[in-house]
Amino acid sequence: MPQALFYLFAAFAVLGAFGVIVNRNPVSSAFSLIGCFVSIAALFIGLNAYFIGTIQVLVYTGAIMVLFLFIIMLLDLRAEERRPLNLGAVLAGLGTGLTFLVMSSVVIGRFPEGGRGMPELKAVAGSDVHELGRVIFTDFNFPLQIIAVLLVSATVGVVVLCKKELH
Amino acid sequence: MLQDYIPVLLQILVAGGLALAILILSWVLGRSAKTSQIKDSAYECGMLPVGEGQARFSVKFYLVAMLFVIFDIEVVFLYPWAVNFRSMIQSEAGMTMVWSMAGFVGILFIGYLYALRKGALDWKQ
Repeated sequence: MPQALFYLFAAFAVLGAFGVIVNRNPVSSAFSLIGCFVSIAALFIGLNAYFIGTIQVLVYTGAIMVLFLFIIMLLDLRAEERRPLNLGAVLAGLGTGLTFLVMSSVVIGRFPEGGRGMPELKAVAGSDVHELGRVIFTDFNFPLQIIAVLLVSATVGVVVLCKKELH
Repeated sequence: MLQDYIPVLLQILVAGGLALAILILSWVLGRSAKTSQIKDSAYECGMLPVGEGQARFSVKFYLVAMLFVIFDIEVVFLYPWAVNFRSMIQSEAGMTMVWSMAGFVGILFIGYLYALRKGALDWKQ
């Protein structure tokens, strides 16, 4: 991926994330989040991770966003009212952000690894889905079963939360 | 390499252009109409509109959406399995792969049975 395109999509992702907190209407926020997710998917595809990019669009912008919109509609949220800015909170937030920036740049600057670029990605022969599947189903067998248990616990959780009258 | 993405770019342009064209057309064509507060209010068979126009959704929708997401994630793992099946089943890792997916689907099947027995998939309850 040319560097210009990387910066373009990265800027879109940051803009989308910014839109989520700036928009007062929750549905507008959710749609800004879609823009952010799609830009991140484009970044994945730029890294030759086609499968992850596709899944990012299908699962995050498809399924997770539907869930977010459902929650917005379930709670019947209205546009938030503008509140007068709290000067103390704004100053504290700016201070915290600035401190974090200075601290992380100092820490990264102290280590020689900080100045090095990212290692070149290993060129994958064939498709990345083949490579991914081979790794998941041989080396990462146990984590896969753990994911299944996690999904079952999510199923139980949602049924218990939504079905009050258990029988 | 980058030329491969020209169709994607074209599709984005067409989709965005269509949305923009519809917005501009409705703005151009709808400008002449006179609007007043009474004209803009919701039409309820001649009665005065009462309450909010937006109804709250039932929590059942959330349950179904959540179950959909959970089984959507299952399909995400099934996809690389299906793509690799033919080439991997002949290698020495073939049986590992079969049992791995059997365990994964088996555990999720327990969750499915739980949801089924609790009536989570029954809309009427």
